[in-house]
Amino acid sequence: MKVRAQIGMVLNLDKCIGCHTCSITCKNVWTSREGVEYAWFNNVETKPGIGFPKEWENQQKWNGGWVKNAKGELELKIGGKRRVLANIFANPDLPEIDDYYEPFDFDYQHLHNAPDSKHQPVARPRSLITGKRMEKIEWGPNWEEILGTEFAKRKKDQNFNEVVQKDIYGQFEKTFMMYLPRLCEHCLNPACVAACPSGAIYKREEDGIVLIDQDKCRGWRMCVSACPYKKIYYNWKTGKSEKCTFCFPRIEAGQPTVCSETCVGRIRYLGVLLYDADRIAEAAGVANEQDLYQAQLDIFLDPNDPKVIEAARAEGIPDNWINAAQQSPVYMMAMEWKVALPLHPEYRTLPMVWYVPPLSPIQSAVQAGHVGMNGEIPDLKSLRIPLRYLANMLTAGDEKPVVRALERMIAMRAFKRSQQVDGVEDLEVLKSVGLTALQVEQMYRYMALANYEDRFVIPTSHRAYAENAYDLKSSCGFSFGNGCGDGNNGVSLFGTKAKGVRQVIPVELKD
Amino acid sequence: MTAFTPSIFDSFAFGIYPYIAMAIMFIGSWIRYDREQYTWKTSSSQIMEKKQLRKGSIAFHIGVIAIFFGHFAGLLMPKSVWHLLGITTEMKQLIAMGVGGFFGLICFYGLTILIIRRLTNPRVRAGSSTMDIAILLVLYAQLILGLLSIFVSMGHLDGAEMLKLMAWAQNTMTFQSAAAVEAISGVHWIFKAHVFLGMTIFVLFPFSRLVHMLSVPVQYVRRQHQIVRQRFVR
Repeated sequence: MKVRAQIGMVLNLDKCIGCHTCSITCKNVWTSREGVEYAWFNNVETKPGIGFPKEWENQQKWNGGWVKNAKGELELKIGGKRRVLANIFANPDLPEIDDYYEPFDFDYQHLHNAPDSKHQPVARPRSLITGKRMEKIEWGPNWEEILGTEFAKRKKDQNFNEVVQKDIYGQFEKTFMMYLPRLCEHCLNPACVAACPSGAIYKREEDGIVLIDQDKCRGWRMCVSACPYKKIYYNWKTGKSEKCTFCFPRIEAGQPTVCSETCVGRIRYLGVLLYDADRIAEAAGVANEQDLYQAQLDIFLDPNDPKVIEAARAEGIPDNWINAAQQSPVYMMAMEWKVALPLHPEYRTLPMVWYVPPLSPIQSAVQAGHVGMNGEIPDLKSLRIPLRYLANMLTAGDEKPVVRALERMIAMRAFKRSQQVDGVEDLEVLKSVGLTALQVEQMYRYMALANYEDRFVIPTSHRAYAENAYDLKSSCGFSFGNGCGDGNNGVSLFGTKAKGVRQVIPVELKD
Repeated sequence: MTAFTPSIFDSFAFGIYPYIAMAIMFIGSWIRYDREQYTWKTSSSQIMEKKQLRKGSIAFHIGVIAIFFGHFAGLLMPKSVWHLLGITTEMKQLIAMGVGGFFGLICFYGLTILIIRRLTNPRVRAGSSTMDIAILLVLYAQLILGLLSIFVSMGHLDGAEMLKLMAWAQNTMTFQSAAAVEAISGVHWIFKAHVFLGMTIFVLFPFSRLVHMLSVPVQYVRRQHQIVRQRFVR
């Protein structure tokens, strides 16, 4: 057993109102630069829809993620290492800018200095790439906002696969929608890392954040194709790939990511998960796609188990991290209550940003008497959002975990209603979904009240011990490119002392 | 040495310039690699346009890599080694023209597409630096000179001109620049222009995206899939 820690995230889709505050704050902090105008490290999609970039979930088209090859080995869907190198002159699986959208701005100045005219002046769009006039904006990061665009296009959504009679969801009376905020999954088995010919992408040992070494990236752009979530963006100006950093400077200081901090619906949770790094390959390589969800749960470790604690300490995981893991809201939702599920586990990347499936449409239908009841719990078969649709998104098509999650959330509501309105504790409803009264009170505290301190349990990193703080004095901090170089050579012919580097494991620590 | 006196241009261009060019290439690349890693990249424009790039880039790279190694073997491998392999000078001349011509045309096809694409596609153009465009045009000129030289070689099927160029290259590499200049001074002007421009490409190398060829990711085949980094400071 090799214990490693990771900061995971859970998004409670039941409470997402689709306000895009997460996207905008992320954009303002990270991608409001030339070259990445089109990139959204965090974006919110309205589902059903083909999303951003177009049809990102269609791996027949983009070949993202992992597959099991003929020999039963795990292999990138874009091909083995030799095939990756053979395609290095022109990557056949790379999206073009139009698959995202041509970034634009508007001629606002025209509103100020337009001459007298018969009609009111308007600010027309201009391309942020060429600077030329754009006659028509064709696509955007959330073009399908609140069921925008016709159903004929939106029904290409891969989550409709094997949904019975999917065409009826194009009818106004039958239609449904939900929001899906997306960011980098900071996977345990990241396809982008495996695809990078330069070895520039890496996972940080101490918190699991996946980053791109901007100095080592050479722009071979295989990561963009390999990532099944299409969350690596090629910066066309710098010629390097960029991705969500999980706001690591904030995480290191014990603060939540910008998207989590600013979420007005309070849907985001951050917490430590301990997992067994020795069993990553085993979990990612199970034969049946529908077993991947359980396989990933199986490598998560119980932070209260004394053996796990001992092994974690042996790996050098600090005590404040173990304490955080014991209070981790992510662990509770994923492991204890099993209400959070991974996004597309069938890509075999073992994603670490999980989702609570949305519930609201059921309740309103139940109250209107349209849905059959099984005791206190409504019959989930008659959900407005088809179960199969959610299962395709969150559990590789297996409906049972989705049903369990939804039933537990309904049971929580039924219990709290009986407790607070009728003044009785309805323990029957809890028994039917396998929860105790204590667990439900916890769920209520974390998911309904969702206080800041409960949502974000982030231990600070121990930089002071790991790094020589004196070396960092007057250094340039977070910067792009060669921000530190001052041009003075000193003794060396070629510059100042080398900056701190992260060592590739295995590494021998000298004392 | 006999009473041979080369022109001032010849002794500079073929006796001194090659060393200046190679020094700039090596030291320049070294400095850039050491100080400016962030700028060390392929500068791919595939995200802006994919279809033409696929046609052009694959053909160009296959052609140019074959030509590169062809020049390396053809110019720097001593005559005696070729003879040891059972290849006479006449045969080598024909091989050079045939193989060079074949890959030269593939490269020409690809480079033509790439140049048209870079100059006419407004998005690709917007993402191009001046050097990106300049280096394409320099390579194009060099390729055309190389292809034209095949016609000159047709008049020297005995390989005499080729031997002079080999002598220039090998003498240059062994620092006998006087002998090198003497060897090359009599060849057709097309060869001279080709060699001079070739040295100029060496000069441009560290200032352009050509540096990406030093970062061919061969180690990728051997490394394990996942990379985990520990926090540690040197």
